[in-house]
Amino acid sequence: MSEGIIFTGVPSKEELKKAPGIPSKERMMKGPVAVIECIQEIPCNPCEAACPFEAIKITSPHVPYLDEEKCVGCGSCIPACPGLAIFVVNMAYSDSKALVSFPYEFLPLPEVGSEVEAVDREGKVVANGKVVSVKSSEKYNKTVVVTISVPKEFAEEVRGISLGRSKT
Amino acid sequence: MERAEVAIVGSGPAGLSAAVEAKKFGANVVLIDENSRPGGQLFKQIHKFFGSSEHGAGKRGYQIGLELLEKTRDLEVNVCPNTIVYGIFNDKKLGLFNEYKSEIMEAEKIIFSTGAYERSLAFPGWTLFGVMGAGAIQTMINIWRTLPGKKILMVGSGNVGLVVSYQLLQAGADVVAVIDAAPQIGGYGVHAAKIRRAGVPILTSHTVKEARGEKRVKEATIVKLDEKWRPIPNTEKDLEVDTICIAVGLQPRIELPSLAGCEFKYLPQLGGFVPIHDDNMETTVPGFYVAGDSAGIGEASSAMEEGKLAGIAAVESLGYLDKKEAEEIKGRIRQSLLFLRIGPFGKPALEAKKKIIEAKRLLI
Repeated sequence: MSEGIIFTGVPSKEELKKAPGIPSKERMMKGPVAVIECIQEIPCNPCEAACPFEAIKITSPHVPYLDEEKCVGCGSCIPACPGLAIFVVNMAYSDSKALVSFPYEFLPLPEVGSEVEAVDREGKVVANGKVVSVKSSEKYNKTVVVTISVPKEFAEEVRGISLGRSKT
Repeated sequence: MERAEVAIVGSGPAGLSAAVEAKKFGANVVLIDENSRPGGQLFKQIHKFFGSSEHGAGKRGYQIGLELLEKTRDLEVNVCPNTIVYGIFNDKKLGLFNEYKSEIMEAEKIIFSTGAYERSLAFPGWTLFGVMGAGAIQTMINIWRTLPGKKILMVGSGNVGLVVSYQLLQAGADVVAVIDAAPQIGGYGVHAAKIRRAGVPILTSHTVKEARGEKRVKEATIVKLDEKWRPIPNTEKDLEVDTICIAVGLQPRIELPSLAGCEFKYLPQLGGFVPIHDDNMETTVPGFYVAGDSAGIGEASSAMEEGKLAGIAAVESLGYLDKKEAEEIKGRIRQSLLFLRIGPFGKPALEAKKKIIEAKRLLI
């Protein structure tokens, strides 16, 4: 099967490498930073206004560009993205663990401190994670931001948690 | 019933927006809908909308619907629910049927914002209980909060198929797979990525061959297609599902523009036959306007902009707005429509709309 977002619904490694919303490896190692997995030109721009540090700009082509030096990884952009395509990764969390924050719109909400199955972009369970925070506010407009800790080596793959459904 | 200066048929996003604009500038507006409440499909859109802040990006569809309803209330727009427009007589007389009585309403300007029909898909077993349109399923889960089934096969990977799959997961169902006969996913990548992360496979170049079951669907057979969309023998796969959701596209609902004598152009990118209209949304019959899906299939944000455009154009021609002021407002709305049609997903609609407007110019 052909790779890439239009064939599989999962951005390929190549697509992610080229995406201007993805920070560099060096920046990732320094601490929390937004990872914007928005690679198709669609008529959308709320992430730009959501960033208090003006670290996100939409120019041409019409996709978000991340200024990785300005970004502090605050995560304000996560619930602002209608496509649920923004994550925050913190590789400097501890020696062995990284934090991954992602938007979540399912009930029940995971509980802080609970063990969860961390899934990759294809929904495959790749690691065990622990829920570090579950944030919501009126501004988030019903999208909850969940942060989990996972072994560092999985931080680039993990983008959510298992909903506990049967897989085909 | 009184005479309306602007009668609007259909109170979805386009009709509500048209009503708000037209009433804002002082026209006597009547907004007619066959359903028991206004809003069209907006109230079942529980996901956040795209667009820019001026389009309400980040708000959920139903929240935009509530805002529009509030505006129609504040402006005291005359809303007539449960009212069917069954005919158009002698230029601009609308035949209305409301519960027990029928009556004739005369209007100076008429805006059709009648929405769309869902396309269907025929296959052995398609009449079984459990084979449903995506619109019906979305109404059941998001309005009536009732799950139509527990294990769903979604047919169609356009934005409707992807969004309804996600909403089915939110409602607690298991989406066993999303299939599409096309070799590529039709909708936005970000919508597809959401359901992939939730563990739902998306199979392109696949179609449903058969549904089986006694009283309702129990099993579906899907099959892989070659590059000419022909089933490849021995690639069949059986899926245990109780519901097959059909999300294979929409076509404009155009009976009323047709009765009014409007001319049409066939544009597959816009869903089929579309009333020819200019950049004021006015059809080939003066005083009749179209907006939203009935003017060519699009998304709700564009429908709202088209509705505003039709509303402004209608009140301008009634003399409530001078040309300069109207052009300024319409210019902003047209810019906004251009924004909503940027990128590879907007391009087909953008080009088809240019053709529609050119067709009108050639007819004059």
